[in-house]
Amino acid sequence: MSQPRTLLDKLWRAHEVLQREDGVSLLWVDRHLVHEGSHHAFAKLASRGAAVAVPEQTFAVVDHYAPTRGRGRIADPQIARMIDTLRQNAGRHDLRLFDLDDPSQGIVHVVGPEQGLTLPGLLINCGDSHTSTHGAFGALAFGIGATEVAHVLATQTVWQKKPKAMRISVEGPLGPGVTAKDIALNWIARLGTGGAQGHAVEYAGSTIQDLSMEGRMTLCNLSIEGGARFGMVAPDETTFAYIKGRPYAPDGPAWTAAVEEWRSLVSDAGAAFDREVVINAADIAPTVTWGTSPEQALPIDAALPDPAALTPAKAEAAAAALDYMGLAAGQHLAGTPVDQVFIGSCTNGRIEDLRAAAAVLSGRRAKVPGLVSPGSQRVKAQAEEEGLDRVFTEAGLEWAASGCSMCVGMNGDLVESGKRCASSTNRNFRGRQGRGARTHLMSPAMVAAAAVTGTIADVRPLLAGRTP
Amino acid sequence: MAGWRRHEGQAVRLPLANVDTDQLIPARFMSVPRAEGYGRYLLHDLRRDESGVMRRDFPLNTVDQASVLVAGANFGSGSSREAAVYALVDAGFRVVFAPSFGDIFASNAVNNGLLPARIDADTSDALAEMLVGFPCKVQIDLGTCRATFGNHDVPFTLDENWRIKLMNGWDDIDLTQQHAMAIDAFRERYAETSPWTVPRKRS
Repeated sequence: MSQPRTLLDKLWRAHEVLQREDGVSLLWVDRHLVHEGSHHAFAKLASRGAAVAVPEQTFAVVDHYAPTRGRGRIADPQIARMIDTLRQNAGRHDLRLFDLDDPSQGIVHVVGPEQGLTLPGLLINCGDSHTSTHGAFGALAFGIGATEVAHVLATQTVWQKKPKAMRISVEGPLGPGVTAKDIALNWIARLGTGGAQGHAVEYAGSTIQDLSMEGRMTLCNLSIEGGARFGMVAPDETTFAYIKGRPYAPDGPAWTAAVEEWRSLVSDAGAAFDREVVINAADIAPTVTWGTSPEQALPIDAALPDPAALTPAKAEAAAAALDYMGLAAGQHLAGTPVDQVFIGSCTNGRIEDLRAAAAVLSGRRAKVPGLVSPGSQRVKAQAEEEGLDRVFTEAGLEWAASGCSMCVGMNGDLVESGKRCASSTNRNFRGRQGRGARTHLMSPAMVAAAAVTGTIADVRPLLAGRTP
Repeated sequence: MAGWRRHEGQAVRLPLANVDTDQLIPARFMSVPRAEGYGRYLLHDLRRDESGVMRRDFPLNTVDQASVLVAGANFGSGSSREAAVYALVDAGFRVVFAPSFGDIFASNAVNNGLLPARIDADTSDALAEMLVGFPCKVQIDLGTCRATFGNHDVPFTLDENWRIKLMNGWDDIDLTQQHAMAIDAFRERYAETSPWTVPRKRS
């Protein structure tokens, strides 16, 4: 009998063109996604006079610099130039471009799955660390830097050393108001932002099996915040149902053959992982970050740590974070006033996220201003069909077009210095949402709760009598 | 990219853990073409006050022409922006010592000739302590994976394939093109066994 293999083993083997003596593999890339930030890589390609090796498997999306308001006329010449450069590169190399006026434009990690470009068993690269999102489909998906982007463009392959295998199993039902975002913040708080460095994380267990594709994408998306370049979930009926009928997905006999192959993409019973972590879903509460690293996260009912009580290594960082965030040791997270809210991003900008936030906001007014930027224009249209846009605007929030927006602020959607933002995004780094901005990461429903109360708040009482 | 085996340079400490790539280069500077140089954006918002003036007390600002950085754990965590490495390289850095690195940052570093040298946390703390008010020259030898800080001999680690790549200054595209036949053979076989991997053409 052959040795039991992990999902990672199977995906790796299927894409390995060759392995060098030093253990580094040359892997075939099935999908390469590029965006405005890929300009360095296109410049490298141009300097060699090289062409894109497989244009029909390379897709370009305008997202990082995409204006969410006033798309017709971009006032900032630098932003206009970044978008134009992508257009020129897509045109020059004959790439399918999801441009600003395309009804399918959106954030690259929302567009890929939505278009059926993301499939189980594929190797997917993108010059963005949140490429791990696509692993939710049982794909081998990882972020790469500009030199590697240029390499994939030129050769449709990537050199990579196989990471170690790690499994995070989550068991049991999630409590009300607890989401995939909370699972992610919970494990990152436990293991630290470097906790999964060098590993590919497979998420497993009954809680994960019960998650929707949106939830699985949120979880895999945040793998990199725990240090893992790869996150993945074995594909199942939920995965197949999500993909079927999507524009670029296989159909007819090809669909049947694909699904048959996809069913084998599971870790075999008895497969060995280099590291195993087990989490009980019942132990996870709605979770909020309080500091400037995603590992600085706590359940909503917790008090902020006293740096003096932490290990020396953590104490200095905690003191600096509290200072930057304008918070005090011992203070309760709940009740901390916020200045604004943001709902969107590749982490939590999908239809289910908007529904969860709208369920809290429906019939209520936000006490603070806020921006809602759907993950894609398709998500936006779907939300409008469901009347969610009216829930947000009637609550007093701004409903805008799709892009990376206030998660990274490259398009000018920024949080002012010293302002506190409850945000459904992925990084609470210093200055991430703008110089001096104070970011608290949380689930979209928790952001909605912050909007309604004007403070960091537990969403659970606000869900009483409502269907989340 | 030129390979290198030995480097001698001035060391400077950055006694912070989790220095993420958003700190190494804030997003607003990333639309600049590389030809203009990224050095001035390195750690921009930590090094400078709101009006753009260098903070005198920031460790990096206390040593001129440093090329060796001694930092805390999880250096370069966060985004895949290679611009974080460009900022270091364009500011003159060739080596970063830290107990651990973000995975994508480390591979970006090697692709640009910047050595991500792992040392244990105690050594990192001791070196950071030693460098307070005592700028010193460091000799680094990739052949033996050892560095000399003044009188202190410091071993470091990195993946063997990265060590070889840094010493040879390999360009991956050149290297891969030597395997063109293997790639073509793989592609042919793969198209037969897994035809569904090619995106369906839209009508």
